Amino acid sequence: MATAAFDPPSKPLVAVRHAEVRFGRVVALDDVDLTIRPSEIVTLIGPNGAGKSTLVRLVLGILRPHRGRVERRPGLSIAYVPQRLAIDASLPLNVDRFLDLPHRHSRGEKRAVLGDVGLGDVEDQALATLSGGQFQRVLLARALLAEPDLLVLDEPAQNIDHRGQIELYRLVAELRKSRGCAVLLVSHDLHLVMRATDRVICLDRRVCCAGAPETVGSDPVYAELFGAGAAAALAPYRHRHDEPDDRRVVPFEARRDGT
Amino acid sequence: MIPEFLLRAWLAGLTLAVVAGPLGCFVVWRRMAYFGNTLAHSALLGVTLGLLIGADLILAVAAVAIVVAVLVVVLQQQRRLATDTILGILAHASLAIGLVVLGLAGSVRVDLLGYLFGDILAVRWSDIVAMAVGGAAILAFLAAAWRWLLFATLHEEMARAEGARVVALRLALMILIALVIAAAMKLVGILLITAMLIIPPAAARPLARTPEEMALLAALAGMIAITGGLALSWYLDTPGGPSIVVAALALFVATQSTAALRAVLIER
Repeated sequence: MATAAFDPPSKPLVAVRHAEVRFGRVVALDDVDLTIRPSEIVTLIGPNGAGKSTLVRLVLGILRPHRGRVERRPGLSIAYVPQRLAIDASLPLNVDRFLDLPHRHSRGEKRAVLGDVGLGDVEDQALATLSGGQFQRVLLARALLAEPDLLVLDEPAQNIDHRGQIELYRLVAELRKSRGCAVLLVSHDLHLVMRATDRVICLDRRVCCAGAPETVGSDPVYAELFGAGAAAALAPYRHRHDEPDDRRVVPFEARRDGT
Repeated sequence: MIPEFLLRAWLAGLTLAVVAGPLGCFVVWRRMAYFGNTLAHSALLGVTLGLLIGADLILAVAAVAIVVAVLVVVLQQQRRLATDTILGILAHASLAIGLVVLGLAGSVRVDLLGYLFGDILAVRWSDIVAMAVGGAAILAFLAAAWRWLLFATLHEEMARAEGARVVALRLALMILIALVIAAAMKLVGILLITAMLIIPPAAARPLARTPEEMALLAALAGMIAITGGLALSWYLDTPGGPSIVVAALALFVATQSTAALRAVLIER
């Protein structure tokens, strides 16, 4: 046990301790630790097959570790935005009814949360007719309606264009500020989420490195995992980060030219 | 003046349609059509066992169907075989076992055709009362669990993460389907039961904008099919169960082609 002086200021919402998960003989997670405290944004990055989704499922309580444990604060409410949500064509579902899952909300509440995620008058639109970016925002709006302590977003920007991704992450950062919920983000793209995140956990079946985004970005382990190009790609961004009023993120092409 | 047996058939059919519509929507949304067929196949085993031990046939069919439904859920937990393989095994195994047991019990005479195609005109008042009570209970459950059922249908893991007991919900749905199939056996017969769960929701789909609308329209479509089918049967002296399914099909063709036509016209 740590002494009182080293105790964190607030009790974690979720703490994964020394978790090991195996699928048959394959070790998906090996001795992984992860704590999420109130209103912090934690980003999980790692290559494909690194066990990101497995760790998310531990946090969500869908999966149990074979070794180690997952502690959840009693009464913790979690809202989840999955990586993919394919809606069967046989199921007619408009935005309004989708926002009522699993709990009913008033017309006013729904309109307000759609405004919060930057969507206008889409309540009566069928989910199937929304663009990728709109759809992600609707998923986010539904999750927010539950007023969760912890919002889990699994690769939320997968089917959106680059510009839309940047806007989505900016929105997540804003929502954390206005609502105070903690966020667990999964991404395979550190430079996109840098500005939106407090802490980064770099995962490759075990935790390779962790810390502030700039620290992880310059960690040699990170460079090894994602290739030297990815680490170098962060350099211009870090430079811009020093200018406090600059809210732009350099597009990928520009970054490549710069290095 | 409607003859009483026709009135009974009509009321029994309407009761079935009101329950089968909303429940059938979940069968369609969750792609459980083959599961419904599997339960229907197992109904013959239920009939045979019921006759052998002298139990109420509807209860025997429901019991066997529920056992099969639980077996499906249990076998789904192992992840080596796909669900349609599991369903295929259970469907044909239960049908074959039913026929073998029937052969062994040579003394029991069974009107096989009656069970395969149903005899809606032979429905008794007591059947209607039982169906109405059971149907009301099923509708009450669906209404109470509606949003969670829908949520789990949309994305099981998302529902689980937010507190849904998805396996319990899935099992509950399967048991309800088993009960409806047992009750419907007398009306439309083992071979045509799933039609009443699938065709009315499919006919309702092009007209619905929300899940609730689709459930209501499916119930309505089922009621129209029952009415039309019985009228067909009455005037042309055709078999009742198949006539109802044909009427449902006509509705399906009508709504689908109207939707297709509208899409073409709007595109122009």
